[in-house]
Amino acid sequence: MASATPHGRHEHDERFQTEADRLIAPGHDFASVTDSISKIVLQRRTPRGWWLGFAFAFGLMQLLLYAVAHLLFVGIGVWGITIPIGWGFDIINFVWWIGIGHAGTLISAILLLLRQEWRTSINRFAEAMTLFAVACAAFYPIFHTGRPWIAFYWLLPYPNTMGLWPNFRSPLIWDVFAVTTYATVSALFWFVGLIPDLATLRDRAQSKAWKVVYGMAAMGWRGSAKHWHNYETAYLLLAALATPLVVSVHTVVSFDFATGIVPGWHATIFPPYFVAGAIYAGFAMVLTLSIPLRKFYGLEDFITMRHLENMAKVMLATGLIVAYGYMCEAFFAWYSGNPYEKYMILNRMTGPYALSYWALILCNVVAPNMLWSKRLRTSVPFLFFISFVVSIGMWLERFVIIVTSLHRDFLPSSWGLYAGTRFDWAAFVGTIGLFLTLIFLFVRFLPAISIFEMRTLVPAAEMKEGEEHS
Amino acid sequence: MSAEPPRAPFEARVEFAGVRPKAERGRALWRSLDELQESPEFLEFLHREFPARASELEDPRGRREFMRVMGASAALAGLAACTKQPEELIVPYVRQPEQIVPGRPLFFATAILDRGYARGVLVESHEGRPTKIEGNPDHPASLGGSDAVSQAAILDLYDPDRAQTVRSFGEIHSWAEFVAALKPVLEKQRAKRGAGLRILTETVTSPTLRQQLEDLLAELPEARWHLWDPGAGNAYAGARLAFGEAVETRCHLDAAAVVVSLDADFLASGPASVRRIRDFAKRRRLSDDGAPLNRLYAVETTPGLTGVNADHRLPVKPSEMEGIVRALAAALGLPIEGGTSDHAAWIAPLAKDLQAHAGASVVLAGEALSPEAHALVHLINERLGVVGKTVSYSAPVAAEGDPASLGELFAEMSARRVEALLILGGNPVYTAPADVPFGDAMMLVPFRVHLSLHDDETSERCHWQLPEAHPLEAWSDARAFDGTASIVQPLIEPLYAGKSAHEVLALLTSRPDRRGRDIVRDHWRPRLGPDFEKAWRRALHDGLVAGTALPETPMTVKLGDWAKAKTPAAAPGLEVVFRPDPTVGDGRHANNGWLQELPKPVSKLTWENAVYMSLATARSLGVRTSSSQDGGTESAGQPTPQGTVTDLVQITLDGRKVSGPAWVLPGHPDGVVTVHLGYGRWRAGRVGNGAGFNAYAIRGSAALHWATGAQVEKTAYSAKVSCTQDHWSMEGRHLVRAGTREEFEHEPRFAQELAEDPPNNLTLYPPHAYEGHAWGLSVDLNACVGCNACVTACQSENNIPVVGKDQVGRGREMHWIRVDRYFEGRPEDPASIRTWSQPVMCMHCENAPCEVVCPVTATVHSDEGLNDMVYNRCVGTRYCSNNCPYKVRRFNFYLYQDWTTPTYKMMRNPDVTVRSRGVMEKCTYCVQRITRARIDAKNQGREIRDGEIQTACQQACPAEAIVFGDQNDAQSRVAGLKASPRSYGLLTELNTRPRTTYLAAVRNPNPEMPKASHG
Amino acid sequence: MSQIFHHSTNTLAKVSIFGAVFGAGAGLWLLLEVNRSPYVTNVGVAREQPVPFSHAHHVGGMGVDCRYCHTSVERSAQAGIPPTKTCMNCHAQIWSQSPTLEPVRASLRSGRSIEWVKVNDLPDFVYFNHGAHVNKGVGCGTCHGRVDRMPLMWQHASLQMEWCLECHRQPEKYVRPKAEVFNVAWEPPADWSASGRGAELVKEYGIKPRTSCSTCHR
Repeated sequence: MASATPHGRHEHDERFQTEADRLIAPGHDFASVTDSISKIVLQRRTPRGWWLGFAFAFGLMQLLLYAVAHLLFVGIGVWGITIPIGWGFDIINFVWWIGIGHAGTLISAILLLLRQEWRTSINRFAEAMTLFAVACAAFYPIFHTGRPWIAFYWLLPYPNTMGLWPNFRSPLIWDVFAVTTYATVSALFWFVGLIPDLATLRDRAQSKAWKVVYGMAAMGWRGSAKHWHNYETAYLLLAALATPLVVSVHTVVSFDFATGIVPGWHATIFPPYFVAGAIYAGFAMVLTLSIPLRKFYGLEDFITMRHLENMAKVMLATGLIVAYGYMCEAFFAWYSGNPYEKYMILNRMTGPYALSYWALILCNVVAPNMLWSKRLRTSVPFLFFISFVVSIGMWLERFVIIVTSLHRDFLPSSWGLYAGTRFDWAAFVGTIGLFLTLIFLFVRFLPAISIFEMRTLVPAAEMKEGEEHS
Repeated sequence: MSAEPPRAPFEARVEFAGVRPKAERGRALWRSLDELQESPEFLEFLHREFPARASELEDPRGRREFMRVMGASAALAGLAACTKQPEELIVPYVRQPEQIVPGRPLFFATAILDRGYARGVLVESHEGRPTKIEGNPDHPASLGGSDAVSQAAILDLYDPDRAQTVRSFGEIHSWAEFVAALKPVLEKQRAKRGAGLRILTETVTSPTLRQQLEDLLAELPEARWHLWDPGAGNAYAGARLAFGEAVETRCHLDAAAVVVSLDADFLASGPASVRRIRDFAKRRRLSDDGAPLNRLYAVETTPGLTGVNADHRLPVKPSEMEGIVRALAAALGLPIEGGTSDHAAWIAPLAKDLQAHAGASVVLAGEALSPEAHALVHLINERLGVVGKTVSYSAPVAAEGDPASLGELFAEMSARRVEALLILGGNPVYTAPADVPFGDAMMLVPFRVHLSLHDDETSERCHWQLPEAHPLEAWSDARAFDGTASIVQPLIEPLYAGKSAHEVLALLTSRPDRRGRDIVRDHWRPRLGPDFEKAWRRALHDGLVAGTALPETPMTVKLGDWAKAKTPAAAPGLEVVFRPDPTVGDGRHANNGWLQELPKPVSKLTWENAVYMSLATARSLGVRTSSSQDGGTESAGQPTPQGTVTDLVQITLDGRKVSGPAWVLPGHPDGVVTVHLGYGRWRAGRVGNGAGFNAYAIRGSAALHWATGAQVEKTAYSAKVSCTQDHWSMEGRHLVRAGTREEFEHEPRFAQELAEDPPNNLTLYPPHAYEGHAWGLSVDLNACVGCNACVTACQSENNIPVVGKDQVGRGREMHWIRVDRYFEGRPEDPASIRTWSQPVMCMHCENAPCEVVCPVTATVHSDEGLNDMVYNRCVGTRYCSNNCPYKVRRFNFYLYQDWTTPTYKMMRNPDVTVRSRGVMEKCTYCVQRITRARIDAKNQGREIRDGEIQTACQQACPAEAIVFGDQNDAQSRVAGLKASPRSYGLLTELNTRPRTTYLAAVRNPNPEMPKASHG
Repeated sequence: MSQIFHHSTNTLAKVSIFGAVFGAGAGLWLLLEVNRSPYVTNVGVAREQPVPFSHAHHVGGMGVDCRYCHTSVERSAQAGIPPTKTCMNCHAQIWSQSPTLEPVRASLRSGRSIEWVKVNDLPDFVYFNHGAHVNKGVGCGTCHGRVDRMPLMWQHASLQMEWCLECHRQPEKYVRPKAEVFNVAWEPPADWSASGRGAELVKEYGIKPRTSCSTCHR
């Protein structure tokens, strides 16, 4: 029943010839795929490695708890922010996390619509990563305010006893809508994609308790043709819905700066190059996560070199777009003849924060160009390394945009310097802890790779299809 | 303010020692600076300097307070559903005084004392609580203007650290017990006609107090009355040389076309400074009344307000000063030898200019000049024929004291000839010269009494510490610079068990229980004419006793051998200049947070004094200087996100040592350093303790104002200082626009041509229509002298908190109006330096960048063009501040406002919200005053009159540089000023269309002067 | 494979979908209601006072003018709570021995104020001015209700910002002739809105109610 299987599988067979093109290692049949993936979740004993990693991540997360408690208690002054640098680590990290949160939906939605099958093995945890990154990002817009305990209320003013609405002219309001929409849709998308696998887990789970848990989550999936049909439609609809969001979210985030009059912010180039940067950072993070994942859980068969290389290619492409963005900034500054813009770019290159600027150029412009080389592109250690470099680079980019633009704007009398305090760092490291904690929980309790979609890549997909879904 | 126990001053050095090595690392990477910030030494440093909250965060009591306040602020914000208002009580009067209308303030005329001299003020009182001090338009020393120190007096009144009870060696006692203890001593002294009794006061201008003292001395002829004012100079001594008697010198700057200041910082200091700024600015405003632009020459050492505003400034070492005076006298054709030839190129055209304006020029001598120099200046003025025109003389206003007086007392005490010492005000243990260990000698006196506002260094060594009543709490009187007497009337019962000097002196007489009011009235009864009660009421109402100004007396200089040249004592090493601090004075204001946090006019340092020096001197000492954030001009030290790290230098003078942070001050002459007095106190109170270093420690009685032969060397330590403006240069941006008189006459619109404003239709949003009023403000940069009166006035009017040294270092000061200061010229060449001041407050842009970006509409545009800031709506995203090109918005990073100290609650302006933590705030054009005027006008069925609304800064400004009004009303003053060709807006190229605009400065240089001094 | 769930769970699942939507709606509705309810606003809640002063008796019964006690209402932001002396002007003669008035006499003797409970209590960041309103034809009753019928004082209006704006945005609905300002019993005639009398008064009194934030917040 062709309708029952997701996306076309016809030209597989000839594809499985050459090494590099493999999406799945030879010798797998449905059972082996299902086993090797589901056993990660269903195995009785949790491996010691997982415990160690989880403990570490959880420990880091406690830092976040401490940082937030202290912040609420003492005041936003514990951060390094000041006048004129009113935003620091808070917004830097917000944009950084949101950027990371882009790859997931891109992979799942756009590549799905583009029928890119190599997405199959990575989309599941890419989406999970997206959700967790957005969760980390969402922490900042609330807690960076001076009075978080009322921020909620003004932004969603019910009961509106003051007859006063939020200021819809403010990009921060657009942010609220953009991010919440994105989070909602990504969550739905991710969950819908999980349903068939949850059913599989329900069926294979040993203990009654897990059967119930997975059973409730699976919402009574029986894998009937009707189910598959509805599933297909819903999944494609959500994909279509999510696609514009990939572009919109970071565009709106870039408006936070582009609509300001601060030299270094006030640039029309921001939306496209923020989006590119986001995808860039997102794929870097997918690499950072997938490489250890395939190693520790022996998933090399499913996350093959082809996947890694494709991601590297995407990084190369987006990295070049970002580099173009930097060039434009410099060019505009010179071409505009605006003294403030001119000073801004010179100050970036030679001022107190020149170091961060050149480090940024190194990480985001120089480094990715090494991916032109096939040898490096296919070297797992190198990819792992470069994915870190890019993540750091993207963090630096936000630091440069926010801090070096603000610290010297129009009146030299009120110029200043900025440095993150230990509480800035604690909050940052803490969000990383939160992120990792969620990732660990995810790989432990949910299939990190889409079982049923992988099965469609098995050569024998044609005939065995029917029996499998009973 | 700070909840820290007092510390001994030496700790200041200890913890510098700890800070230093880390600071070096700190330069490499901010993280290590962070460590520095968290290091115990630095935390201690931070705590001592951080008044409001830091310390409270640690101790549990403070925490609970925090939670309470957080709760309160949440409630204030009307947080979400189900926040009920706490139940409040109404407490009406039992018998309501008939003049009081609840909710409407009353104003009383009185006087604030500035080193003994009267400053006429009007004090605003809400239901009996004095809340704000304004200048008294009828008073000659004010004419409505005011200064930072008088503005800040209100904070002294409510200072919780004030001496609150009679104490004897720390133990609390009652006045009765003191009187009992005094009795035997008094009887003994009566017996021996007061032979063992000594009274020490500060400068006394109060006729009543003087009368009381003279009566007492008549009763006890053997007793002696000594005077000590650490800031006093040689004016009287010089007059004695020139005229044979001490006279008060007055100058009328409004009549002077050419003003020459010989180290006289007349705009910043002295009992007449406010009036002098007013008179001086009259001739700078280029107003329509056609008063021609005056010209100011300044010869000075330490860059001060006068030099900053001079058309020509000659930076010289203090030792050169007398030679210059003599050279000038000689150049004017007087038979004076010993003039220096070094600055002939400067002095010749100056003398020419003076003669060209003979009769309309004036030369002023600084207090620090030698008596001979003062006498010479009298001679010069006489020669210029300006006596009676721009200069006049009168009998001395203050009781004559000579600096030697303290020395005599010291000698007597050392010889155990003093049996009872009564110190009325002042703090001699702290302020006495280093070679006069007053505190030690004092211990030989068997009965020591100290009357003072604070339990200070002197009180510590006295048997009895008597709490003094603040001038706003007690009856008294005082004379202004011209002798005009004012009755000082209390606005409130003494908050603590304070008594005035009058009442304490009464205790020595046969009628010990006389109240201050009776004493003062009895003094004036015979002097106010037949209908005393009427005259008394009039005097209280006007704030001055009419016709008490001392008559002008013609004087002629008698040449004597003082005119003969002396061989100047040349000593090796550097010279050191001692000056009272521009904000905390001789140390008496050290516990006043407003004045501590007020940036020093030129250096913009806060919370401490420094060793000021020129760039060349700094380099020769090997002091670390850094190009001020690569802004072209160099600054001392290394700017960091937490403040500027600079080297500590040690000054050795006659074997006495003191060390303080080095600070490069452009325009400071080479080969000399300046230290300011008034810091390094150890019993000032929780605010002032340990701030800065104590320069009195190296000040000898022989050289009170400047000394030679000092060694200055860089120590191994460094310190962190808080400067509100690291960056010195305008970066070639047209911020302060200035031209010369020639340029102005050739092209009046020179300022407007420096930038072109975009058309009005560039914004997407529909334009506001301002049918009613359109409030606007204009600042005249030519009149503004940069005195900072506006800053403190604003702080007082708008309940602006003090944040402490550490927070200022982090760029978190809260002043709604700041005075930006820019330098021009080559730092290596002090003579080339030009300095500009520019007051900057919220511009109330018509296209305000802050309004668009606020997500919660906490800052919005009013129908009259105000940029409203709604504290209770603000959640603190700080986006508005980021997007404000003028950076005039201030953010409550912590709970800076002191919500607990009861006295501060009484001090606050009830018409202005007390802001909470996490809220943005900024200048509102004093919207509370606008609203009051509007409602009054409506209730009386009329329109608001032009000038009816004065913003706090405008009201305080002694130069009348700030004008506020309705720019829709073509007749209004502000509309006229905005139509002036000099009028321009700041950063208008951003299409912000600011409502605050500036009038370009027009300087009046003498074309014949050497070019170097133009810069 | 074995059955995990009972059949009923299917229905349960379906219902829960609508249940969630409904629950959310109900929650919001509750929030709105509570926040405008007397529980939060205190409207209509009579407050205990140290002395059971009855406006009904003094105003309604004896027709004492508001300004006899609230003297500064026309001149100042605060209407003014009468000093003890004002009470005693009359009560020195009448009811001079009444035990209920003992706190008043005690206050006069001791010089300690009577501490009344504030009934109409605006937040501290709101700057309301009585003078500006009563001088422009806003009656006492408009905000304080029929005090002549209140034995113990209670709050008449919610005093929430939406309530203030209601009048600032359309004053013609609430303005009254100046002569009637202190007549708490005054009711607009039936044809008030139709007659356009309100609009005339607004023009006549030159009422320009401002809705800029700084009108009340500073």
